[in-house]
Amino acid sequence: MTPNMSADEIKALVLEKLLQVAPDIEPAQLDTATPIRDQYDFDSMDFLHFAIALGQQCQLEIPEHDYRELQSVDGAVDYLVKHSNGNAAAK
Amino acid sequence: MAMREKSNARKLLMSRQIIRKNSEDWELIPNLLDYDAARDHFSWEHEMTLLDGLPAGGLNIAHEAVDRHAAGDRREHTALRWLDKSGEVTDFTYGDLSLLTNRFANVLRELGVQKGDRVFALCERIPSLYITALGTLKNGSVFCPLFSAFGPEPLRARLSIGEATVLVTSEALYRRKVAALRENLPQLRHVLLIREQAEGNLPADTQDFQQLLNHASEEFSIENTDPEDPALLHFTSGTTGKPKGALHVHEAVLAHHASARLALDLHPQDVFWCTADPGWVTGTSYGIIAPLVIGATMIVDQQEFDPERWYSILRDHKVSVWYTAPTAVRMMMKVGSELAKQYELPSLRFMASVGEPLNPEAVMWGEEAFGLPFHDNWWQTETGGIMIANFLSQPIRPGSMGRPLPGIEAAVVRLDKDGTLQVIDDPDQEGELALKRGWPSMFRTYLYEEERYQKCFHGEWYLTGDLARRDEDGYFWFVGRADDVIKSSGHLIGPFEVESTLMEHPAVAEAAVIGVPDPMAGEIVKGFVSLKPGFEAGEALQQEIMALARKRLGPAVAPRQIQIEPTLPRTRSGKIMRRLLKARELGLPEGDTSTLEGNE
Repeated sequence: MTPNMSADEIKALVLEKLLQVAPDIEPAQLDTATPIRDQYDFDSMDFLHFAIALGQQCQLEIPEHDYRELQSVDGAVDYLVKHSNGNAAAK
Repeated sequence: MAMREKSNARKLLMSRQIIRKNSEDWELIPNLLDYDAARDHFSWEHEMTLLDGLPAGGLNIAHEAVDRHAAGDRREHTALRWLDKSGEVTDFTYGDLSLLTNRFANVLRELGVQKGDRVFALCERIPSLYITALGTLKNGSVFCPLFSAFGPEPLRARLSIGEATVLVTSEALYRRKVAALRENLPQLRHVLLIREQAEGNLPADTQDFQQLLNHASEEFSIENTDPEDPALLHFTSGTTGKPKGALHVHEAVLAHHASARLALDLHPQDVFWCTADPGWVTGTSYGIIAPLVIGATMIVDQQEFDPERWYSILRDHKVSVWYTAPTAVRMMMKVGSELAKQYELPSLRFMASVGEPLNPEAVMWGEEAFGLPFHDNWWQTETGGIMIANFLSQPIRPGSMGRPLPGIEAAVVRLDKDGTLQVIDDPDQEGELALKRGWPSMFRTYLYEEERYQKCFHGEWYLTGDLARRDEDGYFWFVGRADDVIKSSGHLIGPFEVESTLMEHPAVAEAAVIGVPDPMAGEIVKGFVSLKPGFEAGEALQQEIMALARKRLGPAVAPRQIQIEPTLPRTRSGKIMRRLLKARELGLPEGDTSTLEGNE
């Protein structure tokens, strides 16, 4: 992830990580403003794996108490936009 | 074998680490003060005198849990404090709960649901679930909880094996997971839906739970159940075959009551929070029944795990006794003790954990974060209640499951080659953990699988399938499973159930499922598959197989990792060797491979 990535690019990245953890999610059906676990069976372990994958991809230390901000796709995008200043892409 | 020896040496070292207790720290006099005396003086006959019994001489869990308190001076005491997802509180007194469960019992009676018929619930943690459980017991029917994050396949298997007559579920869960299964469940006569909005059409062949409840009478006289009448059905998993329905009887309430008093030190004035979901046995025995039988207040939180929310609940609702699980403890540890320390928890006086062995670091972390250690205890679906525990008044051996409860005889045993059972009295010897049969919450059968049930017993001993050792002071230490069952986040997962689903993918030729160590969940499920000719291994296919498994099984059961292999190792007789896959995964010696075929 780079500081000049657009919100759309960040969203694509969030969805990619989400689908790695829970490939049963259909992005077209997903309401990005609503918590993921209100729409799909997405348990605490899934959530943890999702948060870790996002942190790794963005080379960002996401403290656990910020995890609640990652509950929806939009929330995760906002969080990454807010915290990504100066972080280079992992790949 | 060097690894095993090293691990044993470490365990022995840890067994010398002891957390001692100081009576000045106790706010209440513990129900179990002197371990040996409590064991000496214990009898199940005396335990029965602490309960009521039914007027006509029977025994019914719901009477002990609700009506006897509602008829006495605890009528206005809060029985259930429910927190919805937003944290808003709804309180139910024992009196409220008695009337609501009477209503549901009347609903069942009016639908023609008989004593012994099975009533299943598939719900989030909402009040209707608790009303359903207790109302079902009042009607003399058998309550069977289903985990709401199960996918359609585990649901179909359990509803079908358990021959569900009634299913109580939410409209959303029904539409997503059950509606498509209906034609294959001919026994299922009544589906009662909990609806978020009363408007709109109900799905075909369903009824509105709330409407039925509203129209039912508040007067009900409990079915005169016998202590040996079936009450609860809990599904669990073995290495092979279908899920097993462990059946428990009303007499189990003696063990719920005794273990809540002795192992959890529950008193009537306590505010108790069991974080387990009632979809699993802990969430029913200790998340519904035991705290109510004691007459305490129980907290139910609809929301899933979130450390800050959990600490707020402990503080705001003055939780005094807290029963949680290792995965949650380890997740809280990951967040760190600083957050926990920001919450003043003067009411909290006892913390316990169950599900899988709690590592010593986690036991100690409790002291750092909350000023109290976690007390690990051990039991399983089949035992119906806590069997072995670290007690409030007794020293803790971090990493040990503790010592047997009063009324429970536990031993380490070994079966000789000729099939005779040997009780191992020498300390620190590994063997299978066994319990002397006859405690009240012992399962009475695996539904329609009496042979499988009988296989669990050897003479007077119930064989638990867990390997353990006992130290010289009588503390038991978990060593491992005797079979291939996977334990993830405290839940048993049968590899066969998962493998069968993986095989449903058109590309999969063979499948094997094992548990691999995970720092949070203990183990996570990993699936190995080989492909049919014409299919190309790759990430896309891997994800596709995983997606199918998650849709069918749900996240608690489906593999979290899939690995595609050219072939899977088999014995000459054709059996896939899960143990070899596991040894490879862990980098352990693979042992004798002379009976192997392929993949060498």
